Amino acid sequence: MDPSPEVMLTFYRRLYPFKAIYNWLNHEHAPSKLFTQREFSFTLAGDVYLRYQSFNSHDDLKKQVCQLNPTRFEIGPIYSSKPRDKKTARAGGFHPILRELVFDIDMTDYDPIRTCCSGAGICKRCWAFISAAVHVLDTAIREQFGYEQLLWVYSGRRGIHLWISDKEAMELTDQQRKALVGWLTIIQGGKESKKLSTRNGMRSLPPSLQSILDHLATIFSELILADQNCFGDEDGAENLLQLIPDAGVVEALRTLWLNDLSRHSQDKWQDFKTQIKNYEKGSQQRSNLTAAMEDIIIQYTYPRLDAEVSKHRNHLLKAPFCVHPKTGRICVPVNPKTIDDFDPETVPTVGQLLRELDETQATTEGEQEEGHHAVADWSRTSLKPYVEMLDNHAKEIMGEVRKEKRAAPDESW
Amino acid sequence: MFKGGEKKFTLNDSGSPHVVQHGFLKYPTRLNFYDDAPLFDISIEEFETAAIDRLRILAEIESSAARNRTWEELKTVTNAQCAKYLPLNSNTAKNNDIESERRKDHLGHFILRLAFCRSEDLRRRFIKAETTLFKVRYEGDVFSEREQFLNSRDFNWVPVTKAEKQEHWNELLSSYHGSKIEAERRKAFEAEKYYKVKWTRVPDLVEKRRVFLAGGWAFVPGREQSSIIYHEFEVHIEKALEITARMLPRLDEDTRLMPILDNLSQGFLAGISSEWSNPAGENADELKAEMIDDLSKKHFPMCMRTLHDSLMRDNHLKHFGRLQYGLFLKVLGLSVEEAIVFWRKSFSRITDDKFNKEYKYNIRHSYGLEGKRANYPAKSCLQILTPGPSDHGCPYRHYSVENLQSALLSTYSHRGLTSADLPEIMAQVKAGHFHVACTRVFEITHSSRGVKKGEGIGGGESVTHPNQYAARSMELDKPQVEGEAMVIEA
Repeated sequence: MDPSPEVMLTFYRRLYPFKAIYNWLNHEHAPSKLFTQREFSFTLAGDVYLRYQSFNSHDDLKKQVCQLNPTRFEIGPIYSSKPRDKKTARAGGFHPILRELVFDIDMTDYDPIRTCCSGAGICKRCWAFISAAVHVLDTAIREQFGYEQLLWVYSGRRGIHLWISDKEAMELTDQQRKALVGWLTIIQGGKESKKLSTRNGMRSLPPSLQSILDHLATIFSELILADQNCFGDEDGAENLLQLIPDAGVVEALRTLWLNDLSRHSQDKWQDFKTQIKNYEKGSQQRSNLTAAMEDIIIQYTYPRLDAEVSKHRNHLLKAPFCVHPKTGRICVPVNPKTIDDFDPETVPTVGQLLRELDETQATTEGEQEEGHHAVADWSRTSLKPYVEMLDNHAKEIMGEVRKEKRAAPDESW
Repeated sequence: MFKGGEKKFTLNDSGSPHVVQHGFLKYPTRLNFYDDAPLFDISIEEFETAAIDRLRILAEIESSAARNRTWEELKTVTNAQCAKYLPLNSNTAKNNDIESERRKDHLGHFILRLAFCRSEDLRRRFIKAETTLFKVRYEGDVFSEREQFLNSRDFNWVPVTKAEKQEHWNELLSSYHGSKIEAERRKAFEAEKYYKVKWTRVPDLVEKRRVFLAGGWAFVPGREQSSIIYHEFEVHIEKALEITARMLPRLDEDTRLMPILDNLSQGFLAGISSEWSNPAGENADELKAEMIDDLSKKHFPMCMRTLHDSLMRDNHLKHFGRLQYGLFLKVLGLSVEEAIVFWRKSFSRITDDKFNKEYKYNIRHSYGLEGKRANYPAKSCLQILTPGPSDHGCPYRHYSVENLQSALLSTYSHRGLTSADLPEIMAQVKAGHFHVACTRVFEITHSSRGVKKGEGIGGGESVTHPNQYAARSMELDKPQVEGEAMVIEA
């Protein structure tokens, strides 16, 4: 399965969209410190890890990538001086100053609740967890934090990355990143038994959660109950019972389900609701249980974030369009609006792309000789829509930067 | 603690009437954001005292964190320290020279900036301690004066209009923390004024989800305003320190300042206590040479215990050990005559002649009776901790982990220290908080005298001087005796 070094080299030489990556990272056409003082790191064959590389242009980067032929490479922060000159920087003069705000959602964190596959496996069905997470996170970040330049990138196997390039997001300090992650984190590192940290001793849910609860409830009934049938087996049902804070209800449900072991999650959830309704409206028990019900919905559907990735500016994250070394799939950008239709299995693999390249080669070769050189190789493969997506995203960022520059003319003039 | 009270009064009473300059106050409020550097002439003594007094407070704040004090405890301790070293009264306090108090506060802050801007680590610690001090003062401030301070600066917050509040009514209400009684909470909420700031300015509130966020703006209730101010203060000091760090090389020209600054930045290591004198000369006549051995077992800190024990074992101590221990005993109240007796007895293997020739002079010298006749102070923790030519340092710092553990057990097990206490002590040692470890040992070994965890050597203070340790230990022994005596009289 692992792509061979030759395949990788051809991919870098002919297909990898260095220019688009450069535009996206650099925010303008002329090389700025956003690119030249940016850390790149390479993972070479045999788990050799090469850090603190930096480049002056996309050609420079391409040259080095083709020379080293890494299995993948990662993008880090912008430092106070060029990372490759790190050793000559004066003491204390080398530290991260800017960095996209990044998020990493990984299927592994959903292992305790997904029933279709486990570990490295991922299918269209469990992708629904990721797409639910993308919906929630995308909305939260746009509405609550006001960021607009979001790029979602499929990680190549079973996760998704988010890169936020707004100027204010780039400038966040580690402390502010930690705060933001704290705001968004509700489920701690996939530990199932742990109580949610939602209510903070408050009666009602925080407004940020209240507003998405309806959406989560829909996901819950479609994904958790209907599709995944999370409470279908005994373990799943027991997990649910653990989260109900009323001994009477738990006992009643347990007896009920013992007689019908294979009762479907949808019915079990209905049983739980019926139990709640046994309590008088407005009673303490009823409101407690309603709150618990909301908590359970959140527990099962809210995005599970890898907080460490987002907290520190100097965390490295795999560059878009790299090849996942295990699956051979390309880490392609994903449109959050159509995330529900996204199927990780249809993402092109590096092998497939090279085949496409070979097939189209014959038909276009004639044209090229006649001087139509400008057509990039990737545009003849199924990588095209993805590169265009990044190009458009980069254009948007560049437009935003230009607007800002015009609004605030250089004071030295 | 040592009857310093009366002295303070006379000082205040004899204070010369101060002149109000140009009819307005230079420091209108107690709180200060330290925007402008002090531009007046000061003496080098003033420079030093302003800095050291402030450093005492910051060092205590830092060790509070290391000792896991609660916010309330920290406030009490800090306020007590402030009252002692750096009083800062509100405008209503008519009797005090608030102008000069604030001047000292201003000055001390800027001098410490110079001392602490040099490294990332020092900067971080300084910012943390200063922000904590600011918080303590802000919380303790009178309402009117706090308002005055808030109005004096542009904190760049946008008041939320009625219409906006109405628009987000439900969201704001549900995230409003207040009274447990719903009706009261609602009432308070309705009266609450809200401010809008960029969320990045209130990261702590965001992290705990205590505000409402929309489009990158945080809606901060008036009650949480302080969060904005604290963060502002922190950011402000951080920036200022970085600028100071860049400017510092130009200061090299003044040879008087660098050594002081160097010393100050080490002050965080052990808390600050430049000299410890026996204020009342209490033990002056009572302390006899033969009592030392017993006293050492009961009251001496570990560093002096080890010196004493090796003196008893080897009948000898090297020069710097003698100096360190001898000055300690002097300040403890051992007269020069008794000191000579004590050392003579301890150096039992040498002849009278040799003792008189080689050692007596040094003892008399340390009492200021020979040579330049200076009254040498005893060494403070800071001096003992900083590696010098002395081969006797602070056991908490200079012993290996295994040695320290076995030494702790053998030295203090009869005073109530058990191996269960070791992990806590060793954790402090590992973190570099040697004086905190020592303070903890003090607390453990004096628990029978009613010393509780966190109390330190009284009022929550940490050990910063061996004599302070011993004096407090001996003081703790006393009240009991007096108590008994009183019962008899009655």
